[in-house]
Amino acid sequence: MSNNDFSLLEESRKEWEETTLKKTLDKRPERAEKFITTSSRPIKRLYTPTSLSAADYLEKENYPGQYPYTRGVHATGYRGKLWTMRMFAGFGTAEETNRRFKYLLEQGQTGLSIAFDMPTLYGYDTDAPEAVGEFGKCGVAISSLRDMEVLLDGLPLDKVSTSMTINSPAAIIWAMFIAVADKRGIPRKKLAGTTQNDILKEYIAQKEYIFPPKPSMRLVTDTVEFGTNELPLWNTISISGYHIREAGSTAAQELAFTLADGIEYAKWAVERGLDIDSFAPRLSFFFNAHNDFFEEIAKYRAARRIWAKVMREQFGAKNPRSWLMRFHTQTAGASLTAQQPENNIARVAIQALAAVLGGTQSLHTNSMDEALALPSETAVRVALRTQQIIAHESGVANTIDPLGGSYFLEQLTDEMEADTWDYFAKIEALGGVLPAIEAGFFQQEIADAAYRYQHEIDTHQRIVVGINEYANADPLEIPILEMDPHGYEVQCDRLDEVRRSRDNRAVKQRLAELRQVAEGKENTMPAILAAVKEYATLQEIMDVFRDVFGEYQEQAII
Amino acid sequence: MPERKIRVLVAKPGLDGHDRGAKVVARALRDAGMEVIYTGLRQTPDMIVESALQEDVDVVGLSILSGAHMALLPIIAQKLKEADMAHVLIVAGGIIPDEDIAALKEAGIDAVFNPGTPTQEIVNFITTHVATE
Repeated sequence: MSNNDFSLLEESRKEWEETTLKKTLDKRPERAEKFITTSSRPIKRLYTPTSLSAADYLEKENYPGQYPYTRGVHATGYRGKLWTMRMFAGFGTAEETNRRFKYLLEQGQTGLSIAFDMPTLYGYDTDAPEAVGEFGKCGVAISSLRDMEVLLDGLPLDKVSTSMTINSPAAIIWAMFIAVADKRGIPRKKLAGTTQNDILKEYIAQKEYIFPPKPSMRLVTDTVEFGTNELPLWNTISISGYHIREAGSTAAQELAFTLADGIEYAKWAVERGLDIDSFAPRLSFFFNAHNDFFEEIAKYRAARRIWAKVMREQFGAKNPRSWLMRFHTQTAGASLTAQQPENNIARVAIQALAAVLGGTQSLHTNSMDEALALPSETAVRVALRTQQIIAHESGVANTIDPLGGSYFLEQLTDEMEADTWDYFAKIEALGGVLPAIEAGFFQQEIADAAYRYQHEIDTHQRIVVGINEYANADPLEIPILEMDPHGYEVQCDRLDEVRRSRDNRAVKQRLAELRQVAEGKENTMPAILAAVKEYATLQEIMDVFRDVFGEYQEQAII
Repeated sequence: MPERKIRVLVAKPGLDGHDRGAKVVARALRDAGMEVIYTGLRQTPDMIVESALQEDVDVVGLSILSGAHMALLPIIAQKLKEADMAHVLIVAGGIIPDEDIAALKEAGIDAVFNPGTPTQEIVNFITTHVATE
């Protein structure tokens, strides 16, 4: 389209505003003075072809599977292969979670995703004093290789990919997974999956850090190096915006902070001596799908475009696989309401649809009861069925990037990208990601956004259905998951048995060797694997690191 | 004499790192004119009681989303009582199912605020229930 055409459009738009629009507005004003997204971004009345330009198409959008991948990483979109339906699960004992996984596979799920309980996430064994009351509540308890053996029993590790949401102790839990595969004789080269292993967002948002940032980054870099050499199908880090968003950030902050973290991991791996093209294709991402439909889709499209530019232009990656961003999506837990929980089914469906229209590689849909407790089997099934309905009934998977070219969406995508570059500059000015964490920059930005959001609800500028409008006091009628009441004893008995039956001299020896490696500069993965295989417990290994690296304390910011 | 501001300790017991709610509430209470002390994460019952004593607070607000509330909140209430802080108002929030609320109240938690509670409701509860002399 030529400039001339645009000026014609501008003129006709003015005419429309003065005639047709004015007449309507005079009769009835709009519902609100201003319209904003979930992230409080102002939204215009109308977007027109002036926000598009055919001349920019190849540079900004291009065809699917081509740089900068705005329209998706695959040339055939979902026409080739649907996204992976991967429901995050885990609670109680390894036995209970193993049964849930088998149930999910029977229901047509196509990948596994393991949630660990709080003590495991903090590197404590189930019977540690710090773990009181936390066993099995937010995930499955894994204290030693024995638990991992029970958890993975009968699951086809060489056929389905496994994702593990674990961060501070990621190297150890991953080593347990590898040890199970080694024992079963599955070649490491065939193991496909993901460890979240994203420590930076822990300092920024989720707060499940243990060690100070630098030794933590060294452990992450150790896993990247080990994975690059030994497990070519493993995504060693899932760089996560999900938790940043859940902590209250805006969509643009989620995008910017996540990509900034990704750049930081890549820098550390390059400094370790790895070639960018040897590991970048195995970096994966994890985003939130919140309520605001178009803003979310714009976020995913901008994410791909920015990452491609960063990889190619900043890191000089030559392999196109390094340029393309693959990501998992989960619908927004924080958007769910405890009141009228059935309404959450509709929220999740809209969010999931945004993730699919944004081109996600895999998806977790939240269950309606998650603002109340861990999901029941029925609730999980409805959530999975929601994905299947989108995949097979809605028709949105039949063409590639069906919203590409929407005046509104393309402009939002551009805005989201511009906001991200602005944030990159701010982070750079603070000295980079680690100094910005230590200065509380991310934490303050998120706290401010979370407070503004709550204020908008409290002052009725924002409507949340069932909360500040359309509320009712009907009693709840959804079943809540009941866990095995004897789970804790089962788990503690197994832990006792492990400590009794293993070769305790060998364990001591392996832990001493691990300490030596931790104090030096060598890659820690081989020593961790050796200790895990002798049934050293999670906490015994983490205590070695706690001792060598120290523990991190954050400045509490409100 | 100027009226003494209501002093509130906002604390995160247990291991979970979900501090969004605690921070939003802390800020709303501060904006409502209260003196707010936020402990930060991973506070044991003893640490919380110690801070409550040190800061001489009128209110202890506990935020927990990990599901460990039944194990931790009654212990905190008990320890506050033992530390001669029975007069302190204890309020809690987080992911706490309705069926646990009665038992928590029995154990000395004065109010439980579920997700979705307007911050003004928490402010109102505190201002009406803290004895002002």
